[in-house]
Amino acid sequence: MILPALFFYLFASICVASAVMVIASRNPVHSVLFLILAFVNASGLFVLMGAEFLAMLLIVVYVGAVAVLFLFVIMMLDVDFTQLREGFIQYLPFGLVIGAIFLAELLLVAGGWVMNPNVTKSITAAIPTNVSNTEALGLVLYTKYIHYFQLAGMVLLVAMIGAIVLTLRHKVKVRRQDINVQNARNPELAMEVRKVATGQGLQDADAGSWVK
Amino acid sequence: MNGILHNYLPLVVFIGIASVIGLALLIAPFLVAYQQPDPEKLSAYECGFNAFDDARMKFDVRFYLVAILFIIFDLEVAFLFPWAVAFGKLGATGFWSMIVFLGVLTIGFAYEWKKGALEWD
Repeated sequence: MILPALFFYLFASICVASAVMVIASRNPVHSVLFLILAFVNASGLFVLMGAEFLAMLLIVVYVGAVAVLFLFVIMMLDVDFTQLREGFIQYLPFGLVIGAIFLAELLLVAGGWVMNPNVTKSITAAIPTNVSNTEALGLVLYTKYIHYFQLAGMVLLVAMIGAIVLTLRHKVKVRRQDINVQNARNPELAMEVRKVATGQGLQDADAGSWVK
Repeated sequence: MNGILHNYLPLVVFIGIASVIGLALLIAPFLVAYQQPDPEKLSAYECGFNAFDDARMKFDVRFYLVAILFIIFDLEVAFLFPWAVAFGKLGATGFWSMIVFLGVLTIGFAYEWKKGALEWD
């Protein structure tokens, strides 16, 4: 019994400490690396709760992809650190408001749980104990929560189209390789054999159409 | 509950071994590597690049596009795992809900392909 408690306090303390370092460190790249550390420790906490699939998903999706995307963004921003400090006072009210809203939400959740510990049981499916975590998730996700599942698909579609619309800028006049066109090309299409009278040559207008 | 955690004991051992090897490889060069500092080693390369430069530089937004498209298909695959594990017990509804989900994302994939987002230039 002591070992899970030990690991809980290990993961939780590192998670909180690295979350503090995310906002405290001066270098945004260090912030992202601390964020990755926080994700990994949160995934450890998920394992301790028995939510194995979520833990592995946190590693695969958040650490593997989202954090790398954050790194991309930070590198793309070409961050100027002195410029970064300038807006601090200006954005402080917004940050405080968002922080206050988030705190209120957390307090509501915690308060509801303190008032009635059974409140979570009424809104979630009961956790089956006889099957593995991933299988339990699969049993309800595609049938009972089919609406949310299809919505997730739509969100992914919108994200895909949005990313393409926002960032895809094709360079004009780039010659792309089209294998079908290349394979369909034959000598008749590509060249023309003309009889040229001796000593006369081709007219300029002729030459224009000749070179296709 | 404890049963699950016991299954993770090998993982803890592996993480321990991995960090020991990683740290050993990180620290050993400081202790045993042959060092002969020379100002020439820090000077600019013949091609004009500085040997040490700021890592923060602007780079192409297309890397971002590739990464975000990767994340979307990554998530799609993540949804496939519980489906595959519970496949035998899901029935027709579960099967077709996943087919519709995949169909929606295939529309996105076809759009992406047609727009040439998978091409570099």
